[in-house]
Amino acid sequence: MAKITIDGIEAEVPDGTTILNAARQIGGAIVPPAMCYYTSLKESGGKCRVCLVRVAQASARDPRPLPKLVASCSTPVQDGMIIENITSPDVLEARKGVVEFLLINHPLDCPICDQAGECDLQDLSYAHGLATTRYEEERRTFEPIDIGDKIKLHMTRCILCYRCTYVADQLTNERRHGVLNRGDRAEIGTYIQKAIDNEFSGNMIDVCPVGALTDRTFRFKSRVWFTRPLDAHRNCDKCCGKVVLWTKGEEVLRVTGRKDRYGEVHEFICNECRFEHKNLSDWVVEGPRRIDRHSVISQNHYEKINLVALKKEIERQIEFQKGKANGNSSNARTA
Amino acid sequence: MRRQLLLKDINVPGIQFYDVYRRQGGYTAVEKALRQMSPEQVTEEVKLSGLRGRGGAGFPTGLKWTFIDRKSGKPVYLVCNADESEPGTFKDRYLLEHIPHLLIEGMILASYAIGANTAYIYMRGEFRWIFPILERAIEEARSAGFLGNNILGTGFSLEIYVHPGGGAYICGEETALLESLEGKRGNPRLKPPYFPAVMGLYHCPTLVNNVETLATVPSIITMGGVEYARIGVGKSTGTKLISASGHINKPGVYEIELGLPVEEFIYSDEYCGGIWKGRKLKAVVAGGSSVPILPADLILKTAKGEPRLMTYESLAEGGFQTGTMLGSGGFIVMDETTCIVRNLWNFTRFYHHESCGQCSPCREGTGWMEKVLHRIEHGEGRPHDIDLLDDVAKKIEGKTICPLGDAAAWPVSSAIRHFREDFEYHIKYPEKVKNPKHFEIEPLVPRRHLETA
Repeated sequence: MAKITIDGIEAEVPDGTTILNAARQIGGAIVPPAMCYYTSLKESGGKCRVCLVRVAQASARDPRPLPKLVASCSTPVQDGMIIENITSPDVLEARKGVVEFLLINHPLDCPICDQAGECDLQDLSYAHGLATTRYEEERRTFEPIDIGDKIKLHMTRCILCYRCTYVADQLTNERRHGVLNRGDRAEIGTYIQKAIDNEFSGNMIDVCPVGALTDRTFRFKSRVWFTRPLDAHRNCDKCCGKVVLWTKGEEVLRVTGRKDRYGEVHEFICNECRFEHKNLSDWVVEGPRRIDRHSVISQNHYEKINLVALKKEIERQIEFQKGKANGNSSNARTA
Repeated sequence: MRRQLLLKDINVPGIQFYDVYRRQGGYTAVEKALRQMSPEQVTEEVKLSGLRGRGGAGFPTGLKWTFIDRKSGKPVYLVCNADESEPGTFKDRYLLEHIPHLLIEGMILASYAIGANTAYIYMRGEFRWIFPILERAIEEARSAGFLGNNILGTGFSLEIYVHPGGGAYICGEETALLESLEGKRGNPRLKPPYFPAVMGLYHCPTLVNNVETLATVPSIITMGGVEYARIGVGKSTGTKLISASGHINKPGVYEIELGLPVEEFIYSDEYCGGIWKGRKLKAVVAGGSSVPILPADLILKTAKGEPRLMTYESLAEGGFQTGTMLGSGGFIVMDETTCIVRNLWNFTRFYHHESCGQCSPCREGTGWMEKVLHRIEHGEGRPHDIDLLDDVAKKIEGKTICPLGDAAAWPVSSAIRHFREDFEYHIKYPEKVKNPKHFEIEPLVPRRHLETA
């Protein structure tokens, strides 16, 4: 076990845990955002750089800080490590920079994007982005293409997280798409236009953090916040069969895997469940889905708040801020 | 007389062939090491020599060799990084083309030291014509019994393979090189966990060294590490190849003893022979395009007024505020008619083109910087562009997976730091700078054009 401190909160986590996962175990506002890391996809992470954190003390044995900000999703913790995320101005500045970089070539076409409302990039730019742009040049564009009859690829929206390539590598037996070209000309593509139809290819839609890969069967049917998400399952011989149905009245508009609070699916579903069963009668409905995100989807979905926990968190934050202020002023006095 | 170790026989006719190379005393280091020394002793000599990586980072070579994980039970690989693509650097090409046996000899020694039985030369894709030269040299060495099974009857076996890359700058980054060598897309790997010494090629311990570093090893074994360490100054020991280019009278590859004053290197007839056309020096990029550019006064003397020497330490003195780096030794000299903005735009265009696109700051930032610089250089710049450029560079630096992001950001930050007037001139006189030779017609004399309002 390794003892670590993230933004003043101490925790003990198993050796080899990454900083990001340690922060997720603590939870709350100190969890760094992640656009490319995906727990159930091996090798993912390290690419988007929004999860950068500062390591103020590398370990108990080596109390020096690390010279550069590190990607929290790929850096394992050490015993005695002290990590600064939202308490470090450097980290927040760097994150602002990365969000700006992610947005300069993004079309910002949220009003016509099916992902709007459940888009990680939208959430991220809401939290860290600038209200205006400093980028005056023409944005890089690509034509949208159909990869197979179920998936639409809008390369203009892609942030090159590589998650969909890992899905193809790790869930299906054949990867037919990949990253072509390099630099800001890099694109996800099939080279010679090929259909991606594999029993698990639909999961590429679920892992895509932005609206680059969208469900053609759901395209332009509804804004996601006008739908009612329901947990449901069916007996499926290919997958776990546990899904979320996005319904409007009696109509099932879309079927997806179950995403956790960090937007990650842990049990992937097959294409048959996703695309072929659009009747409520095909499913055993378990109840409404709790959308655990700061997202417009949860609008009008009132929930009971655990007031005791909220009070505790506020008190803790106050204490922490006080401690910081005291620490600073006492330093100033001695100096 | 200056000491030459790598290039001493370079003018001997036919040195690229085994017979001539052998006659000049080639492969004696291999005989000495394999017959009389243990692998640990070879490593120890390299450690004693104080040799530092010649590819740019300057990491102590002997120390790097000891990092190789030899207890894992997996095969150990040696990879020679011959993907020399840094603008302004052309020393490895010179060695590969003219004296390939020196590299092979060095690779045998390094492989023996780390216990590798397979070694690869990852060669830059554009070096196509060197490929047969190396293949031939390897074949000659094999027929002479220095490669293959049971070399010199010592039981040590080694095969060297040449692998031409596709011509990507990023594949000079060691982990991207290994990815490419494995046949994948040349994206740098994450460190941690992929430290080459533990998880390198095919997830086996791998040593990646630059051509010049490996080519230096035979001299160290022949003369002894202690003797080698006597050349140079302080922690910068030995000789270094410098690729001198730009506005000098005698551009070319020079072997210098580390510790040579920069002023002597630029102005003496033995080396660069001064600035061409009798012009004045404006700026120097001392170690390949990635390192910070320095103006004439700071390259000749440090901020403290001491003469600057060609060493890792002296060039870095003053940090990035007033110093630079020795880097890979790509010494680019610019005279007073050079447009720093145009030069920087050219560098940045290169980094934009060569960014692999894996991580966001480098993928998006290099393109953005290039566009802003293009705007400024072509007379369409706006006053806030200079600060924007500086800010973008800051947001790339240190945030990326591999050093390419830093390499793209450093030239931009340093050019703005030291040559802000050039940028302001471009914004102030957009019509003048539309002519690409604007500074040749009317050299920028600092401060004269900048009348205050």
